[in-house]
Amino acid sequence: MTTASVAASSRPRRTPNRPLSAGRRAAQRRRAFTGWMFIAPFGVVFLLFLVAPLAYAFYLSLFTKGLATGTEFAWFSNYIAAFTDPSFLRGVGFVVSFSLVLIPIQMLVSLVVALILDAVTTRFARFTRLVIFLPYAIPAVIGAIMWGFLYSPTFGPVGQVFSLFGAHAPFLLDADHVFGALVNVVTWQWAGYYMIIIYAALQGIDPAIYEAARIDGASSWQVALRIKVPLVTNALLLILVFALIGTLQFFTEPAVLRPVSNGGITPDFTPNLYAFTTAFSYAQFNYASAISFALGIVVFICVYIFLFATRKRGSFLS
Amino acid sequence: MTASLPVVQRRVSKRRQFAPQLLLALLAIYFLVPLWWMVINSSKSAAGLFGGTGSLWFAKDIDYLGNLQDLFTYDGGIYLHWLGNSALYAIAGGLGSTAIAVLAGYGFAKFAFRGRNLSFSLLLGSVMVPLTALVIPTFILFANLHLTDTIWAVILPSLLNPFGVYLMRVYAGDAVSDELLDAARVDGAGELRTFFQVALPLMRPAVVTVLLLSMVATWNNFFLPLAMLSDNGLFPVTVGLGLWQSLASANNGGGHSLWSLIVIGSLVSIIPLVIAFLSLQKYWQGGLSIGSLK
Repeated sequence: MTTASVAASSRPRRTPNRPLSAGRRAAQRRRAFTGWMFIAPFGVVFLLFLVAPLAYAFYLSLFTKGLATGTEFAWFSNYIAAFTDPSFLRGVGFVVSFSLVLIPIQMLVSLVVALILDAVTTRFARFTRLVIFLPYAIPAVIGAIMWGFLYSPTFGPVGQVFSLFGAHAPFLLDADHVFGALVNVVTWQWAGYYMIIIYAALQGIDPAIYEAARIDGASSWQVALRIKVPLVTNALLLILVFALIGTLQFFTEPAVLRPVSNGGITPDFTPNLYAFTTAFSYAQFNYASAISFALGIVVFICVYIFLFATRKRGSFLS
Repeated sequence: MTASLPVVQRRVSKRRQFAPQLLLALLAIYFLVPLWWMVINSSKSAAGLFGGTGSLWFAKDIDYLGNLQDLFTYDGGIYLHWLGNSALYAIAGGLGSTAIAVLAGYGFAKFAFRGRNLSFSLLLGSVMVPLTALVIPTFILFANLHLTDTIWAVILPSLLNPFGVYLMRVYAGDAVSDELLDAARVDGAGELRTFFQVALPLMRPAVVTVLLLSMVATWNNFFLPLAMLSDNGLFPVTVGLGLWQSLASANNGGGHSLWSLIVIGSLVSIIPLVIAFLSLQKYWQGGLSIGSLK
């Protein structure tokens, strides 16, 4: 969505079909070389830490390692195994359904807060903006540990509130409640960051548009829904894509909360957790590479389905 | 805008702002509760942590200093090591990846060359690659090179920041005018000098944003160091606290003292980031919008 506009805006202004003198052509070649030099360090990092691991993972994923047989080339059998492995499929099912629940909630919270903060300009509102953003500055590990404490029947307020009434608190990390418990942790952690992005986009809108709408008799609700929201669609799409990519790779929170979840979070809870366990607890690096790669494929497919769907709808709106 | 409204209208809008502000207040409470819990419970001993009835208020004895002392002396002061490691990884990874992103973003924005659009599309595509899917392959690659369990195993992969390049390109495209660069070149400045003396000062807000975001990302990183490091003297504070947490829950009874260390350790570890964000507000608040306005 962003590629086209960026590429178009920064295309060189010189018309290419004007005949060039030898000197100008040399100058242009020199400029091109300088451009490459500026990009070169990133190019090296890109090749070493993105292309090489991906290629190597793909290579590894084509082999199987058996105790008796040793390592042997096995074509795509690891992928067939992964896409028929109930652990992997359950993990994928979890992160997809988790995204479908989490992302709308997160988006709604961050959009509503951003709209309020854009309209209400008191000092208290500025304070709230910082408070809501604060969890972004807190490592996901710490956020997960804290919520683990809050959920805990022994030290958490949840258990204490219930015991006031002589009732037994539900353990929020058991298999029945863990989904909602994790939605809460992730929303708490990220909603503020998304809110700031939307808020910044709202602040970038020319206020003259609102004046015009008010003169036409639009209420502040109408201004918010009909003018502000459509004008920040790009920010919303950006957030959605990031949230989707991040959620499908869900790892840190379940990994941190697993030891305290009493079995509510299994080692194959999410695909990334499963890949990690397969690699580091069972030393099956070939299969773990295949899972990582298969997860990459799933993320790509989901993101492209999403981009395709929104592009269609985007053209409807405009 | 409000200043230009007549007094009556302003009073009406004040009243209208009550309900939204109430909602904001409730949300602020929700977002603060875990932090409040952490600040309160950092003052408690292990016994107070388990035995107290009100986990959202202080116990009888408030002992921040004692807990801090325990934290910094436990296991030969390993916590301080972890903090130092986190700082090292965040500074080295953040500075390195930002420098690389600034150069590349400027190159993409201000130079025309064959293959530019193709390589930029590749870069945009790579933003979609799940970075954690790279962790295990990178681990295996590094293991072959005997680089796992060294600081490089964490710093080098942190240099990759395609989104930073994207932000820098968008920003440089707007903020640095071609005319200015051409003028510098006509005046005889070389390409490097033009970059450092003309372009870089104009790109400063975006540079600070990218630096802050990449340092935070490295400081908060968990999966990569967890996979790469097994020597706990090299752990960043995130992995270290994760280790304590799994140790504490593994021996439910004997782990009491560790729980109180985890609470105060979590509190101490977020202080640098909270200070960084509060003091650099004006930079990141503007900078975060760069990517979304385009």
